[in-house]
Amino acid sequence: MPSASVAFASADQGTIMLDQTTKANLLDIRGVCRSFPKGSGEDLKVLDKVDLTIQAGEIVGLLGRSGSGKSTLLRIIAGLIAPSSGDAKCRGETISGPPNGVSMVFQSFALFPWLTVLQNVELGLEALGVDATERRKRALAAIDLIGLDGFESAYPKELSGGMRQRVGFARALVVHPDLLLMDEPFSALDVLTAETLRTDLVDLWIEGRLPIKSVLMVTHNIEEAVLMCDRILVFSSNPGRVAAEIKVELPHPRNRLDPTFRQLVDSIYARMTQRTEPKTPALEGIHGTGVGMILQHVSSNVLSGLIETLAGPPYNGRADLPVLAGHLQLEADEIFHLGESLQLLRFAQLSEGDMVLTEAGMRFAHLETDARKKLFAEHLMNYVPVMGLIRRVLDERPSHTAPEARFRNELEDYMAEDQADETLKTIVSWARYAELFAYDEQSETFSLENPH
Amino acid sequence: MNLQEILSPRLGQALRPNIWDAVALILVIGAMVLIVYGGRQTTLPLSALDVSPVSLDPTNLPLYALRTTMRMLLAIVCSIIFTFVYAALAAKSRRAEMVLIPLLDILQSVPILGFLTFTVVFFLNLFPGSVFGAELACVFAIFTSQAWNMTFSMYQSLRNVPKDLEEATQSFHLSGWQRFWRLDVPFAMPGLIWNTMMSMSGGWFFVVASEAITVGNTTITLPGIGSYVALAIEKQNLSAIGYAILTMLLVIIAYDQLLFRPVVAWADKFRFEQTASATAPTSWMLDLFRRTRALRALTYPFAALKKAISNLRVAWPKSLMMPREKGPPSRVVDAIWLVLIAASTCYAGWRAYTYLSATLSPADVISAFGYGFITLARVVVLIALATLIWVPVGVWIGLRPRLAERIQPLAQFLAAFPANLAFPVFVVVIVRYGLNPNVWLSPLMILGTQWYILFNVIAGASAFPTDLREAAGSFHLKGWRWWVKVVLPGIFPYYITGAITASGGSWNASIVAEVASWGDTHLTATGLGAYIATATETGDFPRVVLGIAIMCILVTLFNRLLWRPLYAFGERRLRLG
Repeated sequence: MPSASVAFASADQGTIMLDQTTKANLLDIRGVCRSFPKGSGEDLKVLDKVDLTIQAGEIVGLLGRSGSGKSTLLRIIAGLIAPSSGDAKCRGETISGPPNGVSMVFQSFALFPWLTVLQNVELGLEALGVDATERRKRALAAIDLIGLDGFESAYPKELSGGMRQRVGFARALVVHPDLLLMDEPFSALDVLTAETLRTDLVDLWIEGRLPIKSVLMVTHNIEEAVLMCDRILVFSSNPGRVAAEIKVELPHPRNRLDPTFRQLVDSIYARMTQRTEPKTPALEGIHGTGVGMILQHVSSNVLSGLIETLAGPPYNGRADLPVLAGHLQLEADEIFHLGESLQLLRFAQLSEGDMVLTEAGMRFAHLETDARKKLFAEHLMNYVPVMGLIRRVLDERPSHTAPEARFRNELEDYMAEDQADETLKTIVSWARYAELFAYDEQSETFSLENPH
Repeated sequence: MNLQEILSPRLGQALRPNIWDAVALILVIGAMVLIVYGGRQTTLPLSALDVSPVSLDPTNLPLYALRTTMRMLLAIVCSIIFTFVYAALAAKSRRAEMVLIPLLDILQSVPILGFLTFTVVFFLNLFPGSVFGAELACVFAIFTSQAWNMTFSMYQSLRNVPKDLEEATQSFHLSGWQRFWRLDVPFAMPGLIWNTMMSMSGGWFFVVASEAITVGNTTITLPGIGSYVALAIEKQNLSAIGYAILTMLLVIIAYDQLLFRPVVAWADKFRFEQTASATAPTSWMLDLFRRTRALRALTYPFAALKKAISNLRVAWPKSLMMPREKGPPSRVVDAIWLVLIAASTCYAGWRAYTYLSATLSPADVISAFGYGFITLARVVVLIALATLIWVPVGVWIGLRPRLAERIQPLAQFLAAFPANLAFPVFVVVIVRYGLNPNVWLSPLMILGTQWYILFNVIAGASAFPTDLREAAGSFHLKGWRWWVKVVLPGIFPYYITGAITASGGSWNASIVAEVASWGDTHLTATGLGAYIATATETGDFPRVVLGIAIMCILVTLFNRLLWRPLYAFGERRLRLG
């Protein structure tokens, strides 16, 4: 275990003082794949040939949508999951089980409720067999470093979210890891607390007071990634792979209002909304565009609200995504999610970092409720294949009812179980709004008639 | 303390096919048969037991109370050790789980006093000529009344450990043993403590019932409150019964204040919800203990020892562990394991069949089933009556918080009090007025268990959200509509939890309630409980095995066909929030 006395230069200089033996990369991931078996016998690929290297002295960000597999990759690096194929090496040794010199900070803090702050921080040291006096000294030093002095005997349930995450950081730092892994560490915190923690962490990093060599941070917040990281790897989803690598060469501390900063954020938004292949209208039997399209649940209220907002001033049908996200107080993830739903329904279009209302969307904004429902129904039938399928099946059957399980089985041929769950939930919600067909939760059947 | 959250793990909601229950049942019956086979010598002269005779002198009562309590505490310690081992095994090993959990389910439905018949014989033969065997038998009977729901609760908790805490322990390199003591056990604590306390409360009934038992020619009377009462019944001494009831009251108050409440208050620090509880359970005893210095100093060496042991860097033996994530399990080993289970089941079944068919005929089986259905009818009617009476009362009390605060502990206390101490009073009345035992012995079955319904309904009504009540009031919902649409769905899950416990307890109580005596008068009601009790007294083991097997089947079927679906319905539709 490296001692705490190795010093680090700040990230923008790029020079690092190291032991001679660690000239090799800290982390080396080559061609890592991870898949799990689906019901239909094929494998669902979560990660597809991911390449990633981390050297000492840098903060690397993994930026991607929720469910893009970045958490899975992080857990492969942490040794909690094994890759299905490919090579994962940490400090030259293959990762099999949690490697030495790596520790993790969790999104949900993962603190033990029955231990005090001090006992939680000492946990890793206890497991390594460090003796009591040394343990106490190091734990107190870590608590002091992270700004929790005075809270040593508090229990987690007495602390706020930000304080709990500080304990998580202290616990991870006290074992002096080479590589610190962070799994969306600030996403469970409110905006102000998250900002304080981020700036505190960056300050400690540039002063060289963090007893670590590198950081790998997983996030879905674009501005956070640009604020903190030296290198950003943009992750695409289904399957997960590194789509782009962006170097951020701004000096710390970074200013969010700096034009270069904003340009970088814009370009990342554009990169993430770039479509890899054009989505053609419904074609049965073709994976990904037909019935097997994965839908994510957005309520009809939210969609209507977004269309109305886009149609009115100051956007008048065209909005810059980061600006829109800022005004509506939405995370990048959420705005992408909404934008893609609108795009699927042909009410708006995402391109080059902008969201533009189509003609149908403009019309929708100015119609009355009943007319809106009709327009929505029309678009559902035309552009969401599985809706058409369900409606046809219901029309054909003499009883005009069909069990949900029939469609669930078909969906599970194309996607994982929980994705099929989500898709069905969306279908039910949209069909009810559009009054296309009804769903009875108790008997789990679709029907053409509303219950009386 | 949220009863709902703590009590639901008791039911073991894991999905498993019914075939396993049948397998487990056969294994249990087979084991009983084997024990009888092994313990052939059922005649043991009374003089061989080195025990001083029980006397009716009231000044002996404190000593007897002490001995009764000691047995109870010993049984709890054994239950805890058993729980840790059994639940850890079932939770960590998939193959062990296949057998262990259905086995637990069946064991939970075996009438405890039915167990006693076999264990008395077994333990007496283990220590011939000494009272130690008899004590062990009594302790074992209490153990069987306590261990199963504690094990279920711990098993459920171990299966539901939050994923992020698991990942944290793995990534900080905690060994398997360390992880068990630092994560699994503290996480399981709240449920385990609550179930332990409930088990102790329920155990008083069995202590009292198992201190004086007759199996064939063997009669055991261990010094304790139960045998004091048995002697009082024989001598028709009603005032002695009164003294015994008084002593028991004091014992239960002492246990409640000095043990139950402090431990439950201490366990609040293990609660997993990340916010401090709005109404944390308090105990004056715990506060007192925390403020002392000498007493606390006594606990430091134990704490240090515990820390040293729990930090050993020992992993689970790899052959035992079946890590759940690491790829598909070996099919061959699975197949071998299943063959092994099938083979032992067949052997046990054959053994049991030959034993039973030696002395019994199909007519016996049918008549036993008949008795079983009679007792079943009694249980159903009694539960229905108790529901009709106590649900309205419970709701009325629960909706008034100040009243609920005072009455709920009283109801819990009444549930703990061993009702069989009060049986003789009823028997005297029945004998004096010449009432029909078939009808009038029945209420004894529900005497002790109706309180479970009451205090659960009180808990449910107290937990009913105020905003729903206000909405109902502002929409002028009254009368039956208020009951059917507002209140009853709201308390349904709590009611079901209470009713399940009450019905299980009533089945158990049937063995002591359907047969009652006062001096020379013996009253017997027709039913399965009486069947088992009379068979035990005459030492007719085949009939005892038959009776127990039928009671197991009926209780399991009753649970599966009625309570489980109702509980699942409550979980799915009627959960608030």
